[in-house]
This record gives sequence, structure tokens and C-alpha cells, in this order.
Amino acid sequence: MSIISNYIKKKNDAGEKILSIFLTSGFPDKNNFVKLALDVFDAGADMLEIGFPFSDPLADGPIIQASSQEALKNGINLQITFKYVKEIRKRTDRPIILMGYANPVLSYGIEKFADNIKNSGANGVIIPDVPIDEFDNFFNSSFDGIDKILLVTPTTNEERVKEIDNKSSGFVYCVSVSGTTGLHNKDKNLEFIKRNQKLVTKNKMLVGFGISNEEDVKRYIPYCDGVIVGSAIIKSLMNDDKNYNQALNLTRALKRATTETI
Amino acid sequence: MSQLPEYNLPDSSGKFGKYGGKFVPETLITPLKELEEVYSSLNDDKKFNEELNLLHKEYTGRPTPLTFAENLTKHYGKGKIYLKREDLCHTGAHKINNALGQILLAKKLGKTRIIAETGAGQHGVATATVCAKFGLKCIVYMGEVDMERQSLNVFKMKLLGAEVKAVTSGSKTLKDATNEAIRDWVTNVKDTHYIIGSVVGPHPYPMIVRDFQSVIGKETKEQILQKENKLPDYIIACIGGGSNAIGIFYPFVITNVKLVGVEAAGLGLNSNKHSATLTKGREGIFHGMKTYLLQDENGQVSEVHSISAGLDYPGVGPEHSFLKDDARVKYFSVTDDEALAAAKLLSELEGIIPALETAHAIAYLEYLMPKTIKDEIVVLNLSGRGDKDLNTIRENLAL
Repeated sequence: MSIISNYIKKKNDAGEKILSIFLTSGFPDKNNFVKLALDVFDAGADMLEIGFPFSDPLADGPIIQASSQEALKNGINLQITFKYVKEIRKRTDRPIILMGYANPVLSYGIEKFADNIKNSGANGVIIPDVPIDEFDNFFNSSFDGIDKILLVTPTTNEERVKEIDNKSSGFVYCVSVSGTTGLHNKDKNLEFIKRNQKLVTKNKMLVGFGISNEEDVKRYIPYCDGVIVGSAIIKSLMNDDKNYNQALNLTRALKRATTETI
Repeated sequence: MSQLPEYNLPDSSGKFGKYGGKFVPETLITPLKELEEVYSSLNDDKKFNEELNLLHKEYTGRPTPLTFAENLTKHYGKGKIYLKREDLCHTGAHKINNALGQILLAKKLGKTRIIAETGAGQHGVATATVCAKFGLKCIVYMGEVDMERQSLNVFKMKLLGAEVKAVTSGSKTLKDATNEAIRDWVTNVKDTHYIIGSVVGPHPYPMIVRDFQSVIGKETKEQILQKENKLPDYIIACIGGGSNAIGIFYPFVITNVKLVGVEAAGLGLNSNKHSATLTKGREGIFHGMKTYLLQDENGQVSEVHSISAGLDYPGVGPEHSFLKDDARVKYFSVTDDEALAAAKLLSELEGIIPALETAHAIAYLEYLMPKTIKDEIVVLNLSGRGDKDLNTIRENLAL
């Protein structure tokens, strides 16, 4: 069984739901990123998703676009990201997932990318522009032992949800809205989450996209095994103090919210 | 006439060899499959095809002429040059061929809102035009830089009732407008059809746009057989995303006609300010497709340049990537300056002011014509007219 799903199961069995936090690699300060990541863990994050930047992030809204641009401007790439992961891994056993688009991976070399995931101590990968239709061509055998986390969205029909659950490992990433990442006021479609909760049987299911505050967390948490927060954290990092108190306080509040319901 | 091996692409997974595919977020997979299903049901839909043909005849102005360029031919003193006059289409370029086909498709899909991206503004104008005709809401994404250099087309789209949304991310040109259009589609996929403007993007778009544009090549074949009783020796077209080129090439890919695509070399191939994707790029994944891509060593997409907004794109249609590797089509590039000189030449010799995109194909004649012999025939796809570029041409040419 995978390290990620094991970890989620252990937490769930102890009556806890998961909080996964997304950070853009090297953002906001490339010299302080390892400390930020470790502080986010300390503040209550159960898992960390580290986004390696791409010039044209199709699935992302303005906030993560801006953080990716900033990271690129500061010279962040996959080599540097793997160095971060290595450092973070020395100090924590919690799951670390790399998230990013297909082209930087293709350019880096798919096998080399997979090898470096293993060497650096990361546990899984999310590549939103590689759907199951391209899965077998992209994730070759060098990815054995690495969790490949796939997404389901409101447009994914039942049959396909099952297929995705079957191919995915680590967990299934349930996208809460049709849209890009970010803080939007779209209606929270709980029916679709409830449907997926029944359909996703092989994997644990985490909900993400558009979850920005404690209210959002409380609303979703009864129908999934955990939540993922990205843009809200990135936004708070944009005008944070040097100790990142705003982002860390938000992380604490979100973690607390995973234990409550409304 | 001898034939090359059979050609039946894309395959069922949407691939042209290793290129193409569907590299998009999961949200778009279902609408893409829906689009594919509805589109494939139209092959045998007599009514749909009749409606499209009638619209082309009465609204677009098809068939467009295949004009013998007598003065240009004399100028080079070698082979005969014919011009396929897509500049005479309604809205002034080949883009209407695709927009009309896709608006009928959108109606079949029951969509009420249309989005499009545009570079030069020709595809935006064509989409705004068909939306006006069919009474659908139209939003066009356009890079801020392009809005400035193609301000007349911006006004045209507004006059046609479309909303033009300025894109300020990245290089503020066609690539970024395409990003925003895709993000809009992800968000509004329920009621929205995305009329992509070139043979790019995820499957089935490169196939659909090719099929709608291949009316150019089909007419060319009939017309040249009628005029010359043989197929041409060369067909030349400019390439940004590659829709006018694939449109005229496609009916000839199994023949021995020499097909030549001309990319934008901008300020020069070694300047890093060009858009010569097939000449200088390498395999990448971008805008939903695997294709040649201009990118840096980290796989970040390059900011590209061409004097013509329609060629200013770091990717290229996946079928062109296949045709390059397969060597069925040869790809070259010419610079901004060569294109400007060609625009002037065609204006003076034939009384036709070409779009700056098209001028790249014309500029290639300088290289090709000296190699031709008297009996050889060259067909050039005159993909669009130059009205939209007059400001740019005026700034760059002292007359």
C-alpha cells in the first residue's frame, strides 16, 4: 500500500480528516522555502503539495498564475524543487506530493523526473493536464512505486469516476467546481461530492479547488477524507510578514475546521 | 499521378503519429468527447453539409477564385504562379471557413455562448460575424499587444456585437489569449462552445478545423485541373498554428505535389525573436496537444515574435509536426523584413494587398521561383487581405 494512502487511512482511523496544503515551489522567498514548508507542517498540514511552476498553467486561476510567474522570475525549476524536497524530507515523515504541468516534466525527462521523485523522498505526483486518456503513454514503468493522483470534476460521469478511481493511487483529487483554482463564489455543489464519495471506493478522496476558509472546509469535510487548500494560502503569503504568520494562522484555523462540521 | 502511402489521421486516440492527443484538465474531457461524437455523426448528415455549402456559396462567397498572377510570374520569369484567393472570403481571410462550420456545430451541441481566441483578429472577426448571424453571445480573448497592433479588428468585433476581453498575462499575445479562452471554457463549459481558430488544441479540434478548412484544397484541386489539366508542382502557405496551410495541403498529402509551409523568422532565426516553431522548436505539450514547441531548457514556453500577429505563436498544429517528421511537407521560414518586402511586391505587381501572415508565403517565392522551370506550376494560398495590417506596414515601409 502506498505511503500516502496509508497515512490518510491512519489519520482517518484515528478520527481525523486530512488537510493538504499547496505551496508554489520557491514562493514567496526562494531562500526561505524549506523553513516555510516545515512551518506549514508544524501549523497542522498533514500533507504538502509543492507546485513546480509552468509558464502557461491552464488549470490555474490568477493567484497561482501570479505565484508561478514570480517563481519563474526567481529561477525556480525542477532541479531546485527536488533540492527543497530533499531538505524537507530530512525533517518530516508526512507525505509530499509534486504538482505541475506535463511540459516541464517532458522537457526534464520523464524517467529522470520519476527517479528524482524517489531519490528526493517525495511520494506522489499530480499532473492535471495528463488525464487517464494519456495516462499510459506518459506514466511509464519508471513511475512504479510513485503515487499518481488523478482528478475527478463535476463534468466527469459516473463510469469515468470509477475508471479514474481504478487508475489513481494515493488518493483521488475531487475538484469541487468546474473552473480553475482560486477563490470563487461559485455554488458549492455538494450533490456531486456526495455522488463521488459513493463512487470512489478504491482510494480515499480529498476535495480541492475553491476551498479558502473554515466555512468551506466544514461544508465539505463530512463528505470526503480531507481537503486541499492552495490559492488562499498563496494569497496570504503575498503580503505576509517575514515569519509568514498570516499563512500559518490560516493553516491552523483550517486544520481546526477539519474537526468540526456545521 | 503517383500516390504516396495512404493517410488516415488522426487515429482513434486523436494522435497524428506521436503528436496531438488530449492533454487537458479532466473538466474538458467530457465536452471534448461530446464534441467528437456530434462531429462524427455529421459525416453522414446530408442536411448539415447542405446548409454549410449553401452558406459558403451565399454568405462566404465560395468558391474563391484561383487567380493566375501574370505579373508576378513575369517578374520571376520561371514557373507559373497562381493565387488561391481566400482574401476574397467574407471577413477577408480563410478563418470564416472554420467559424461557419463550428457555429453550426455549436447549434447542434445546443450551446448558447461562444468563446474564441484571436491573434491578428481575423479569427475573432470571423467568429463575431457568425455569432451575429446566428444570434449567439460572443466573447473574444485577445492579447493586449495584439489589440494595439490590430485595433481596427477590435473595433470590427465590437461593431459586430462581440465582447473583446483584453488579456494581460504573459506575452499578451495569441498564446496568452488561448490560455484565457481555455480557462473560460473550463469554467463555463455547460453552455459554452469554444471555437478554436486554428488546427491546434486538444483532439478533436485539429481534425475538425482541418476538415472545415480543407474546402480550400478541394477547390484548388478542381480549379487547377480545369485551368491546367494537371496538378500543381508546388503549393505554398504560411504557418502560424497552420490552418490555412493544412486547409490547402490536406487534399494533396497523398500526391507528389511538393508542399511548403513558411514560418515566421521574425528578426532572424538566431535572434530569439521569431516564431519558427517547426524550424527551431522541439517536442512539447502545450494547449492540450503534443507538438513542436518553442521552449527554454526547463520546458517553459518561449515568448515569440513576428511582425504578423497571426503567426506570433510558440506552438503549431500537431498534424504539421507529423508532416514535418514524415517529410511530406517541407517547412521554411522568412523574416519580418522579407515579409514586408513581399507585401509591397504583391501590392505593386498584382494590385492585391496581402495580410502580413500571407506575405511570409509570398516572400518564399524569392527562394523557390529561381529553382522552377517554365512549365512548372506554383499555387500560393493567399490566406488573407492586408487591410488590418496597414498601420504596421505604414510604420515599417517608407513610401
